[in-house]
Amino acid sequence: MDAIRFEDVSFSYGSGAFAIRNLNFSVREGEFVAVLGHNGSGKSTLARLCNGLLVADDGKISVFGKSVSEKDNLFEVRKEVGIVFQNPDNQTVASIVEDDIAFGAENIGVPREEIGERISFALKAVGMEGYRNALCARLSGGQKQRVAIAGVLAVRPKVMILDESTAMLDPRGRKEVVDVVTRLNREEGMTVVLITHFMEEALRADRAIVMNKGEIVMRGTPEDIFERHEELQTYNLTLPRIGYICRKLREGGLNVADTLDEEKLAEEIASCGSLRNI
Amino acid sequence: MRIVAEHLNYTYNPSSPFAAHALKDVSIVIEEGEFFGIIGHTGSGKSTFVQHLNGLLRLPSSMKKYKPKKPKKGESLPPAPLLKVGEFDLADKKTDFRALRRRVGMVFQYPEYQLFAETVQEDVAFGLKNFSDEKLTEDKIANAVRAALEIVGLSYDEVKDASPFELSGGQKRRVAIAGVIVTRPEVLVLDEPAAGLDPLGKKEIMELLHRLHGDWCKTVVIVSHDMDEIAENCSRVAVFSEGEVKYCMPPAELFRHAEELIALGLDVPLTAKLCLALERRGIRLDCDFTTEDFIRKTLVAVGEKDA
Amino acid sequence: MLKDVSFGQFYPAESFAHRLDPRLKILFLIAFITATFLAKNFYGLVLCAAVLVLAVLFSGIPVGKVVRSVKGVLFLVIFTALLNVFFYQGATVYWSWWILRITKEGLLFSAFLALRLALLVMCSSLLTYTTTPVALTDGIESLLTPLKWIRFPVHELALIMSIALRFIPILIDETERIMNAQKARGADFETGGLVKRVRAVVPVLIPLLLSAFRRAEELGDAMDARCYMGSKNRTKYKKLRFGWRDLVAFLTGAALVTGVVLLRVFVGATI
Repeated sequence: MDAIRFEDVSFSYGSGAFAIRNLNFSVREGEFVAVLGHNGSGKSTLARLCNGLLVADDGKISVFGKSVSEKDNLFEVRKEVGIVFQNPDNQTVASIVEDDIAFGAENIGVPREEIGERISFALKAVGMEGYRNALCARLSGGQKQRVAIAGVLAVRPKVMILDESTAMLDPRGRKEVVDVVTRLNREEGMTVVLITHFMEEALRADRAIVMNKGEIVMRGTPEDIFERHEELQTYNLTLPRIGYICRKLREGGLNVADTLDEEKLAEEIASCGSLRNI
Repeated sequence: MRIVAEHLNYTYNPSSPFAAHALKDVSIVIEEGEFFGIIGHTGSGKSTFVQHLNGLLRLPSSMKKYKPKKPKKGESLPPAPLLKVGEFDLADKKTDFRALRRRVGMVFQYPEYQLFAETVQEDVAFGLKNFSDEKLTEDKIANAVRAALEIVGLSYDEVKDASPFELSGGQKRRVAIAGVIVTRPEVLVLDEPAAGLDPLGKKEIMELLHRLHGDWCKTVVIVSHDMDEIAENCSRVAVFSEGEVKYCMPPAELFRHAEELIALGLDVPLTAKLCLALERRGIRLDCDFTTEDFIRKTLVAVGEKDA
Repeated sequence: MLKDVSFGQFYPAESFAHRLDPRLKILFLIAFITATFLAKNFYGLVLCAAVLVLAVLFSGIPVGKVVRSVKGVLFLVIFTALLNVFFYQGATVYWSWWILRITKEGLLFSAFLALRLALLVMCSSLLTYTTTPVALTDGIESLLTPLKWIRFPVHELALIMSIALRFIPILIDETERIMNAQKARGADFETGGLVKRVRAVVPVLIPLLLSAFRRAEELGDAMDARCYMGSKNRTKYKKLRFGWRDLVAFLTGAALVTGVVLLRVFVGATI
C-alpha cells in the first residue's frame, strides 16, 4: 500500500497563484524519497498538505488509504506521518529534552511507563542518549533538530517528513540529521520524505523528485537526475560541487564516472588513464 | 581602513556561574582591500570578534567607568588590548562610535529579520538618516537608496514603495543588505550572509559581495561555515577555535593543514578532501583549493603521469 | 548571551530542596507568606527568618545569592520603610516637622515591614532558584486541578506558561540581536528625550513582534503535527510524587505557622 498518495492535487494560498498544481505522486512504505526544488517551488506546501496542516483545494490526498481531507481521519493521519520542520528553535514545546520528546506521546495517550521507554528508544535512535535531561536552549542546531526527530519518533509514525530541516544548520549539523534519517530508513524501515535544496543530501534517497512552480518536473533516481544537470539548472538548482568537478574533468578528457563520493572520485582519478593519450 | 587587533580578550557574564571566555588573546591584522574570511564553530568567538569591529562590544578601556589596573608588586600585567580600525582607536574612551559605525557596516545573520519600515525606501534610508548630521533632502535620500538597491540587484522603481514584508526571501535579504551599504561603509562585515538560502541564492549573494568589494566597500569580512565559499572567495582566512585564533593565512596555505582542521572538528572544502584522498593514492596536487584550479591541476597531473 | 543568565532563575545544584516536589515547595512558600503576615511581633519574624536560614542551608544556593535577590525590590523596601518612618503615628516622638514625625513605634514598624518584605522576596527567590520552570508549571497545574470542576482550563494555562518560559530566553536573545543590528545602522537607544527614545524603539519592536508571530505560527504547526488536541485523552509522563523529604518540608511549614500563631497568642501583638 502507498504510504502517501497525491491525486491531481492543487492548492493556492488564496492570492491566486498556485503553490501546488495538479500534483500526482506517491510514496511507498519503506521508501526514502527526496523532494528537491529551489525556495518557493512549492515543496514545503507539499509537507503541510500530507498531514492536514493545509487542506487541498482540489484533488485527493491519502495516507495509508485514509483520506486526509476528512476531519475524523486527521488524528490517525498525524499519528502515521510525523514532520520535522525547518527552524530548530520553533518546534520544541518544553525546555528540557525528555519533556519535549514526551509531548507527542502524551498527546496520543501513551501510558506513562511506556513514554519513558519511548523516550529512551528515540534518544538512542538519534544518538543523544546522554542528553535526556539537558536544556534544549543549550544544544547546537544539529542536536536540536535531532531532538525534534526524537520527538516525532516518540509518536511512532510510519512516515517521517523532513521539511527543509537542514536549511538552517551548519555542514556538521546537516550531516548529523541526514545520517540519522538514513539510518532510520535502512534499519527501522521508516518511510522518509526529505525535502531539501541541498542536492548532495538527495543522494541518500532511493528516488528523487524535482519541483518547480508547484509542479513535479523531474522524477528518477538521484543519479539519473544529477546526470540531467542542464535541465536542473533551468529549475534554479545547481549540481553539487563534486558533480561539477566530475563533469569538468570528463570534458577535459579524463575518463571518470559520475560520483558524489570523494574517495571514489580520487580512486577514479588515480586509476583511470587519460583519454587524450588513447 | 586597516584593522589591527592585538591581545583582545572578552568574557561573557563575568563573575557568574555562566562566565564564558569568548576571546583569549586574539591578534589579527586585516589589510585594507582584503576579502577576509573568518571560520569556526558556533561559540568559537568569531561573532564576538566581529562585533568588536564596530564597537557593539567594547574594550574595557573604552568604557566610561574604566580604571586601569595597577600591577601588584612583582607582578607584570598582561599586554594591553589594542584595536584600531583605520584612524579609530577603539581602546580610547573618546572614540566617536557613531562615526565608526558609519564607516564599518555590519550585516547580521538572517538580516531580513531586522526590516521594520512600511516601505523598502524608508527601510533602506534608515541608516542614512541616522548617520547624517544635517537633514538630507528627499533627492539625496532617493539617489542614495536607488544606488544601494541597484547594486544589490533590485530595481528601485519596482520595489521602493513595496512593503519589505511582501518580498520574497532572497529579495528581503538584498533589501536588508542595501540598508547597511547605503552609507557606503569602507569596511563591510557580514555574518553568514548566505545562511538558509538555496544554492542559487548563495551564489547570487557571493556575486553581490564581489560586486561590492572594491569600489563600494574597500574591505569585506565574512564569517562563514561554508568552507567551499571561503576557499573560492577569500584572500585570507582566520580560524577561530575556543576563543583563540589558530590560523590566519590565505586559503591556499590554510587548507594544506586539512588534517589539523578536521582534528579541530572543522570541515574543509571539497577540493581539500579530494587532495587528501589523492595524496593517499600517491598523487600530490599543488592547487590553491579553488574548484577551477583543482580541475586544471588534476588534468595536468594525470596527463603527466600518463606521459 | 543574556539568555544564559535569565534562564528562569534556576540555579542548578543537587540538594534536598531541589529534589522536593514542586507542589510542596509552592505550598511551603504559601505557608511562609502566611506566617510572615500572621506575625505581629519580632519573635514571629525571627522564627520565620530562622526557618528561611534552614531552608537556604538545605538548598545548596550560596547565601549571598539569596540575599542579593532583594536587590530587585530594594527600592520598594526603602520606599515603604521611609514612608512609615515619617508618617507612622506613634507615642514616643523623637523629631517632628510639619506633618512629618519620627517616632519610636514608626522606626520599629518600618524595620518590621522591611524585614518582612525582604523575607518574602528571599523565600520566593529560593523557590525559583531550586525549581525548574517546567517543574514549577507542573506544580501549579497540579495544585489548580480542582478548578477543572468549574471548567477552568488548567491544562491549557499550564501549557501556555511553560511555552512562555521556554521562549523568554529566545526572545531576549532576539531582542539583543535586533538592537545590535539597528545600532549598526546608526540607531541610538541611549540619548535623547522621552519622545525620541520611544521612537527609537519602533525599529526593534516591529521586527520582534513579527518574529514572535512567526514563531508562534510555526510552533502551532509543530504541535498540531505532533497530534496535540488539547487535554482530552492526554497522558502525562512526569507524575509528581510525595516522598519523605516532602513530608519534612510539609511539617516544617506547618510548624512555622503554628509557632508564629502561638507567639502571637502568648507574647502578644507588639506591632
